[in-house]
Amino acid sequence: MQARSFPALFGAGFFLLVFSAASAAGPAGHGDFFVTASIAEPVNLIPFFATDSASAQISRLVFNGLVKYDKDLRLTGDLAERWDVLDDGLVILFHLRKGVRWQDGAPFTAEDVEFTFQRLTDPAVPTPYGGDFEKVKSLRVLDPYTVEVTYKEPFAPALASWGMGIVPRHLLRGENLLSAGFARKPVGTGPYRLSRWKSGEKLELEANPDYFEGRPFIDRYVCRIVPDPATIFLELLTENLDSAGLTPLQYRRQTQSVFFEKTFAKFRYPSHAYTYLGYNLKNPLFSDRRVRKAIGMAIPKKEIIDVTLLGLGRVSTGPFLPGTWACNPEVQPTVFDPEKAGLILREAGWRDSDGDGVLEKEGKKFSFSILTNQGNETRKMSCEIIQKSLREIGIEVQIHVVEWGTFLKEFIDKKRFEAALLAWQLPEDPDPYDIFHSSRADGGFNFISYASPEADRLLEEGRRLISENERAGVYHRLHEVLNEDEPYTFLYVEDALPAVHRRFRGVEAAPAGIGHNFIRWFVPDPERRYGVERAK
Amino acid sequence: MKSYGWKRLLGLVPLFLGITILSFAVIHLAPGGPSDAKAAFNPKMTAQARDRLREIYGLDRPLLVQYADWVRRLARLDFGRSFVDGRDVREKIAEAIPVTLLINALSLGLIFLVGIPLGVAGAVHEGRPLDRVITAGTLAAFSMPAFWLALLLISVFGVHLRALPVSGVHSLAYEEMTWAEKWVDVARHLLLPVLVSSLTGLAGISRFARGSMLDALRQNYIRTARAKGIPERRVLYRHALGNALLPIITLMGLSVPGLLGGSVIFETIFSIPGMGRLFFNSVFTRDYPVIMGVLVLGAFLTLLGNLLADLGTAAADPRTKTGLLS
Repeated sequence: MQARSFPALFGAGFFLLVFSAASAAGPAGHGDFFVTASIAEPVNLIPFFATDSASAQISRLVFNGLVKYDKDLRLTGDLAERWDVLDDGLVILFHLRKGVRWQDGAPFTAEDVEFTFQRLTDPAVPTPYGGDFEKVKSLRVLDPYTVEVTYKEPFAPALASWGMGIVPRHLLRGENLLSAGFARKPVGTGPYRLSRWKSGEKLELEANPDYFEGRPFIDRYVCRIVPDPATIFLELLTENLDSAGLTPLQYRRQTQSVFFEKTFAKFRYPSHAYTYLGYNLKNPLFSDRRVRKAIGMAIPKKEIIDVTLLGLGRVSTGPFLPGTWACNPEVQPTVFDPEKAGLILREAGWRDSDGDGVLEKEGKKFSFSILTNQGNETRKMSCEIIQKSLREIGIEVQIHVVEWGTFLKEFIDKKRFEAALLAWQLPEDPDPYDIFHSSRADGGFNFISYASPEADRLLEEGRRLISENERAGVYHRLHEVLNEDEPYTFLYVEDALPAVHRRFRGVEAAPAGIGHNFIRWFVPDPERRYGVERAK
Repeated sequence: MKSYGWKRLLGLVPLFLGITILSFAVIHLAPGGPSDAKAAFNPKMTAQARDRLREIYGLDRPLLVQYADWVRRLARLDFGRSFVDGRDVREKIAEAIPVTLLINALSLGLIFLVGIPLGVAGAVHEGRPLDRVITAGTLAAFSMPAFWLALLLISVFGVHLRALPVSGVHSLAYEEMTWAEKWVDVARHLLLPVLVSSLTGLAGISRFARGSMLDALRQNYIRTARAKGIPERRVLYRHALGNALLPIITLMGLSVPGLLGGSVIFETIFSIPGMGRLFFNSVFTRDYPVIMGVLVLGAFLTLLGNLLADLGTAAADPRTKTGLLS
């Protein structure tokens, strides 16, 4: 079991480290703490309410789903040892791991899976993940270690949705989940259990000695709540934190010291999110595809990345994570060509008839505003670059920076915007149905009101097909359609830039990030910093 | 005196209710609601789930009904549960109070202890170099952005010298420490926050003390005292200072609500889990019960502070006292 979760890629480096460390205690002993920081306090650790990133991060250490993503973002078993997909994807049969125990000692069985499912679909439980399970027709417990899930129709993201953390029936039966103390004293099956939560200060998690994949090497995981990013960086510099995400400026300019290079390892890989400029397609200004193409052509994406991210990012071409199976490598970023953009706009009837430098059509100036949310400097700077570039082809742009709550309620929900600069997180399952399908235009997340019969058909097919190969074909085509139609101008994918203290060995960057094998990280005995005094 | 106190106290009730009505209306007028903040653009959050949230929070009812309900619970001192994490609002506020109170009490004490002598010294030496230095120094401290000063101090003492902790209130190993070690640990953590907040607050009180002292020094009774040949020290520190302190008592009373009001910027930089951050976060998540809880507490303390200031002045000033008794 352990051998399987041990990443093969990391083998060669592993032996090198062992010999250079030359520690008496052997390569991977238990001990030491891992101290990290979060800007916000986790809200709720119950997996189906853990929607903020702070909660999700902790919740993942405490709970397990039936399946999980491995380092290459492929689905693999977690609490389910294996599964069978039957009847063309209508039925999934999960075979659960035997001998798994909850952190309080009670055995984990299929009853817990059934209970979790019931809660997820209970109208009284306001979980945002309920939608994933609406397509389930029935869930049957065949025996304590076998669960059969039947779907109303084949649903590709179905399997991935079972990555949802399973909660213990024996502790939560009859409890009101919204006010249950369980949210702050969770009991899961995961590698760590929560031992202390001091509001506004820190959360401490202890290694679960009975974890089914083996006890994690790091004894304690501490998440400090440090709300100011500048302070986080200072805490990192004083080695009070073992890991933190760096900003592009910190990565490029403020971590060059000999001390930092010697103490911390820096990583760089594409983050799971893309930033885009979305056009309100109900607005006559943007209903013409040529206009959107022209704007896309006149925006210097490379320059945006070089200026706002100091080059630490890549041009985005569509709503799929670069390098994954759904992403079509053939789709090339639009070439920056303001002259051609000008010609296209002319063709579409826009010209500068009064010589003031701004294009007109039927007496109306080409002028619109870009909306973005407060608190994100990168987005604001991107808006400014777009403003400057569009000015050069005769389009006047205003920038509106609005506080988040107001932004959603007053502008996005009511569709009172012309263009918006925003970002989407990319979930592991690539299905972008909620974002681009025309049925999601009202009250859903297709707030730009994109409606394309071909995209609709592809989106429906993409979630109906089960085989990854067939889905890949569909999504590759969708990628092309979105690129041709340009309902969004896809701007960039930022790089994630974590730094990790060098005493941790076994850290490895993969498409899934660096945390995927956290339970296999270890610190050679002589280098341990914490938890030593207790042994005295 | 007694009836004056009661009258003032009764007058506070409608004022308090008025404040709550205004606060309640204003926070509900702010665009967006708790369910929107919670959905936070999560593509999985369906419209039904959002509506369900609104129902659970009771936000689908008319505003007046919600307010009446809130007042009914307030009468039992029940502030409800946070929309964000379902915890009792009283519990959340109670957790945030001690550290904020400690820092504010310490820095307020420091401000008065240092600010009043500085102001008095300035007034006594009016126009001379000492006065100029004090004025320039306190104003410089006042004009410095607190966040900048805080980061600078952290960078020097925390990062370069590694003499003081960078942020937080406790060390990682706090729970394993002895009583004395804990005391030292907290003191080391609070040194910079208290320093920063008192430095920036020094200017106000010292200017105030200076002005008040100057006013007193221009009074006729001071001239009389000097004419009588009373030693200058006695004139200054007994006759003048005694009267100059009266408005400062009012100021102390007005600082009472400030004791529980944390500064967001500074609590954020120093990672202090105090009232400022609690309030700030609850505003951004539109966590109405917590917002109202903090506002009510603030209103209550402001009114109480005003009352205490008035009663304190009345007690200190014989004229008010006799005027009321007659």
